[in-house]
Amino acid sequence: MISRPTRFVVPALLPILLVAIWWFASTGSTSIFFPPLSEILERFSELWLFTLVPEHVVPSLQSIFLGLGISIVLGISLGVLLGLNGYVATALNPVLQFLRYLPAVALLPLAIQLIGIGQDMRVTIIVLGALWPILLNTIDGVRSIPPSLVDVARSNRVRTVDWVFRIVIPSASPQIFAGVRASLAVSVILMFASELLGASRGIGYFILEAQRQFSLPEMWSGMIVLGIIGYALNVALMVIEHYALAWHRKSRA
Amino acid sequence: MASSPTTVLARPVSAPLWKSARVAQPAVIIALLLLWQLAASIGGLGAVPTPIDVAGALITIVAEGTIWEPLTTTLSSWATSLMLAIVVGVVVGFPLGASRLAYRLTVFTLDFMRTIPALVLVPLVVLIYGSGVESTILLSFVAAVWAVIMQTIYGARDVDPVARDTFKSFQVGRGDTVKLLFLPTALPYIATGIRLSAAICLLVTISAQIVIPAGGLGEQILITQLGGAIAEMYAYIILCGILGVCVNASFGWLEAKALAWHPSHRKVAP
Repeated sequence: MISRPTRFVVPALLPILLVAIWWFASTGSTSIFFPPLSEILERFSELWLFTLVPEHVVPSLQSIFLGLGISIVLGISLGVLLGLNGYVATALNPVLQFLRYLPAVALLPLAIQLIGIGQDMRVTIIVLGALWPILLNTIDGVRSIPPSLVDVARSNRVRTVDWVFRIVIPSASPQIFAGVRASLAVSVILMFASELLGASRGIGYFILEAQRQFSLPEMWSGMIVLGIIGYALNVALMVIEHYALAWHRKSRA
Repeated sequence: MASSPTTVLARPVSAPLWKSARVAQPAVIIALLLLWQLAASIGGLGAVPTPIDVAGALITIVAEGTIWEPLTTTLSSWATSLMLAIVVGVVVGFPLGASRLAYRLTVFTLDFMRTIPALVLVPLVVLIYGSGVESTILLSFVAAVWAVIMQTIYGARDVDPVARDTFKSFQVGRGDTVKLLFLPTALPYIATGIRLSAAICLLVTISAQIVIPAGGLGEQILITQLGGAIAEMYAYIILCGILGVCVNASFGWLEAKALAWHPSHRKVAP
């Protein structure tokens, strides 16, 4: 129907156009806030390919991976437990909703006071924000297992371990992935916010320092790095989801 | 406690437990508060105040009136950015969803833009607008507009092709096609987008007020913490959480109310 080249060309037109507009609108720009794109890109290649990557990108990614990893493990295991004990989940629901909608950034000043400004503080804050979407989605996913599946498992006297790992978690996995996606966005935000308030390394710290010294091209280059990190993590998760849930799409087709 | 499959299978997984939930949910909250009170008064939690202290602080800030100024700042900034996000999101999203070419042209760019965390703009916005209310409004607008745009696009794309062809062959005017076909199809999606972005707006507003700092409840958390008024700080944090729950619950309720006529809501509506 649609030829293969156009499928890639058409979506690429707008980004190319936008970058071109940015480039030409900012050449010869004298505004301190919006330096020429050529200058930003020059800084970008000086700083981020790859001199400062170990110092500022690696700690930030570490916080995200640790925080998100802990949230995934905790969220899925607690979520399965609560999802299988429907009564407990219902009873805890208001508390969980409260924790979910409590902005985790609001806990930042407290966390800095209690834990300090080390990496463990940032990981804690990320877990405090990223845990809830995964936990609540897992509970929902587990509670909406088709009754026919429950009946089949019961009549076959499936062992508890197999029941949880081969039936419950896989059948809840589409919803678990939706939760992980929401949590990833939260993790990136919390990583950045916690680095703005308390850090001596990391991409957020770099951007803040550049801003304080009015080095706007450096600041812009840092913002581009953060944008790329956010997008790349999302794409990575989408690829994982694509392969992990291939069976699910097939069963629906 | 891990449950064995037999206890799970003994009753339907999604059994209606609402009757007992009425009792159980407040009981859990009261039990947690008691536990907190006990732990804090014994001193096992370090500098954490007891819930009675926190409640006292909350009553004091309400009685003294110190709460209203930050609360209004936060809420007005939240409402303004939400309005902007809804209007811009629907206006931008609708044509993009209705036209296949426009959708294919923009979908990649939109997907890229919405994964960029809006807080990345904090340093730039602070330089341009300082700690004014424009900063928080701009940041939460940028964070929340994508939810409305994407949901509006999904909604406009969901139009039944047969109905669309029917409208075309009857030569229904453009205005009527939008009013009678596209809008009713897209409304549930848009409502979801609005509910999502209401929560995002509040989250980003409070976050921005803390990291900039720019007034409102967010800055109060920071000020009380720096001033050593720990009970007040907890009171403000809890207030933020309650605000979040209220916003989400009321938008969910509004959504169900406004779309009671729609097939997707008919069966869940009480």
